[in-house]
Amino acid sequence: MTTTIPTEAERRRFGVNSTNVTSAAVLIALCLLLSALSPAFRDPQNLINILQQVTVNAILALGMTMVIFTGGIDLSVGSVVAFSGIVMGILIVDMGVNPWLAAIAGILLGAVCGTINGILISKFRLQPMIATLGMMSIARGAALTLAGGRTISGYPPGFTWLGNGTIPGTTIPVQIIFMLLLYVCAYYFMRYRRFGRALYSIGGNEEATRLSGINVFKFKTLSYTVAGALAGVASVVLVAKLNSAQSIAGQDYELDAIASAVIGGASLLGGVGSIWGSLMGALIIGVIRNGLNLLNVSSYLQKLIIGLIILVAVLVDAFRNRSRS
Amino acid sequence: MTILEMRDIKVQFPGVLALKGVPFDLRAGEVHALMGENGAGKSTLMKVLAGVYTNYEGSITYKGEEIVSRSIPEQRQRGISIIFQEMELLPNLTVAENIFLGRQPTNATGTIDWRRMNRDARELLDRIRTPIPEDALVSHLSVGQMQMVEIAKALSFQADVIIMDEPTAALTGKEVDGLFANIQDLKAQGVAICYISHRLEEIRRIADRVTVFRDGGYVGTRDAADLSVDEMVSMMVGREMDDYYPRVTVPRGDVVLELCDIRRGHVLKGVSLVAHAGEITGLYGLMGAGRTELMRAAFGADPYDSGSILIDGVPARIRNPRDAKRHGIALLTEDRKQQGLILDFDLNKNISLANLKAAMGPFGFDERKESRHNQELADSVRVKTPSLRQLARNLSGGNQQKVVLAKWLNTDSKVFIFDEPTRGIDVGAKAEIYRIMNRLKQDGKAVIVVSSELTECMGISDRMYVMHEGRMTGLIEGDEMGGLTEETVIAYATGTKTTQSFPEEQ
Repeated sequence: MTTTIPTEAERRRFGVNSTNVTSAAVLIALCLLLSALSPAFRDPQNLINILQQVTVNAILALGMTMVIFTGGIDLSVGSVVAFSGIVMGILIVDMGVNPWLAAIAGILLGAVCGTINGILISKFRLQPMIATLGMMSIARGAALTLAGGRTISGYPPGFTWLGNGTIPGTTIPVQIIFMLLLYVCAYYFMRYRRFGRALYSIGGNEEATRLSGINVFKFKTLSYTVAGALAGVASVVLVAKLNSAQSIAGQDYELDAIASAVIGGASLLGGVGSIWGSLMGALIIGVIRNGLNLLNVSSYLQKLIIGLIILVAVLVDAFRNRSRS
Repeated sequence: MTILEMRDIKVQFPGVLALKGVPFDLRAGEVHALMGENGAGKSTLMKVLAGVYTNYEGSITYKGEEIVSRSIPEQRQRGISIIFQEMELLPNLTVAENIFLGRQPTNATGTIDWRRMNRDARELLDRIRTPIPEDALVSHLSVGQMQMVEIAKALSFQADVIIMDEPTAALTGKEVDGLFANIQDLKAQGVAICYISHRLEEIRRIADRVTVFRDGGYVGTRDAADLSVDEMVSMMVGREMDDYYPRVTVPRGDVVLELCDIRRGHVLKGVSLVAHAGEITGLYGLMGAGRTELMRAAFGADPYDSGSILIDGVPARIRNPRDAKRHGIALLTEDRKQQGLILDFDLNKNISLANLKAAMGPFGFDERKESRHNQELADSVRVKTPSLRQLARNLSGGNQQKVVLAKWLNTDSKVFIFDEPTRGIDVGAKAEIYRIMNRLKQDGKAVIVVSSELTECMGISDRMYVMHEGRMTGLIEGDEMGGLTEETVIAYATGTKTTQSFPEEQ
């Protein structure tokens, strides 16, 4: 017992825990399997496609993971994607505002929505699920009202470059690099700054964290602010990618983000999980969707299969935890 | 007639052998007291008997039959009932509902037969001669009345053995008398009672036989009539008190922390306290006296209604633990697992928690610096672990407490408040905790020790406060400490005596 546990902790130090390794192994196994089944899958262009399809979810999963670390959840991110998108669309297309300023406004709007969630949860002690369920409806309603059923399209090419462009001289899409940069930043904050340490502590034991003199209110609220801001960022990428903003965009995105985090080993009880695990989770979902498409499996059946995978991932984790203790 | 015999009972908890193979026997119609300090193993043994801890070794013979204690319901079925220290009644149900919880009498259609349930409850309550209405909500009862309901509940299982774990901890003197009258009745009916208590006088009053435990081992069983209080204490402690509680003499410094007239609802009714540098201030009180609540108010962990807190003579605004930390107050909470540690963090991160800055370099956490710094702290309190990468969960109680200590030593505080610092810790670790308290005292810190272990509180403190029901009733200092008896402290703690400097009521 004493010989195995320190190594486990040692691995956790590097943001790589055993769940993480498992999800990476599952990802590789899936890729090998699908490559064998479908030649189209192993085409390098297809692999880049998968990454492109994954970016928005991966960005949302990043924020979701932070919230889940604290033992919370954010159901509003999908609606916030739509709300931010519509506001950006109106600013850029209808009002002719500089697209990058509009993007910043969209991200700030997401941050405000998240902060409201955070304050409701940490100050007024609402259940995270209830507070963000309310915000989910509010943001969606705001998007629908503002857009009035329109699809807002027609963005300057400089802006859509973020969603469709490639790094000059290569075929690597800009959005993939952008997403990875966000992950690297997040990793730094989670491992080396108070912010990350506080989120893990709060999820591990909120009362002990408070009694250690850490500002639980601030950091907990901040995790929702960041999740909201990242929903704004995801919205920027989505609008740039589709060259349009729709009030019905982002539906069910929160569920994919939660699924990514959970498949990546995050516990909804908080304190456990890692940023890289969530990226793996997002990639696993992306690979399965893409592979099933190539194998001509209907999208209805895809939903069912993804559901099964979530359950298996959580069960495997539960069994592992039980056998450890 | 011997109704129960337990032989060579062993219980292993992570990191500590809680019972090292002890015997125990019980006769029908006797009150058998179990004594020992906290962590001696008496509650553990009773929980084995009641079916709470099932991971034991050893044999149990009950009514001439070899039995295995597997679960609480099964043991109840056999006639062995436990009344827990922390009472397990549901506040929003009636007395009768609580007594028959989960086995309410039903009629042919399966609906609850209220009339029968209330009638049966009344019968049980009458049997223990208590006037509590069977249809009263439990939330309206006093703690003493709840205790009576628990006894009625135990009786409803046709109990032949009733285990009472510190039943009087929260009772008033009158309620204690009532309880004892009931115990006498039960005895006359042939019920055997296992009685756990720290109060020596009570045991003299009620017990027929006494078994003493120490550090998970069996010390001896004696007839209560032949046993003096002094003998009980020396059996429990196993050595003279003087060498058990090491003392260092340090000149007393200035007042560091001063609490003035702190009030909070019905819990704290205007309490004042001062703590000097270079001194260990004890705070004693029975369960519900408000000791923990007072300390949590001083630390900003809970809000208080009125009163003031002075640090070094200057009023300080302490609204939360962050404020307290800034003013140099450290609180080692009574429940280290729930409030002191993050069990799934390694020791390193736990130690950093109260002072993250010490673990940081110019670009955020510097893991090398953090490990080196924390290793020094861990060594200074002698945490026994192969590595600071060990998860806090895997440590024994004593080592966990030392990690919490290391965490607060990391902050360079002026006032260290220890709330029940040695609860559930083995004797070796206890001695080390006392040694560290003395070291803090020598370093000129103000140390406050809240303890419900009377011998400990008296042994370690230079000055001692006693609380009763939200008020300070006793202050013992200077020469008075020398001749202090347990009886005097208990008199303060039960409100039967008050130091002159504390007016009865203002």
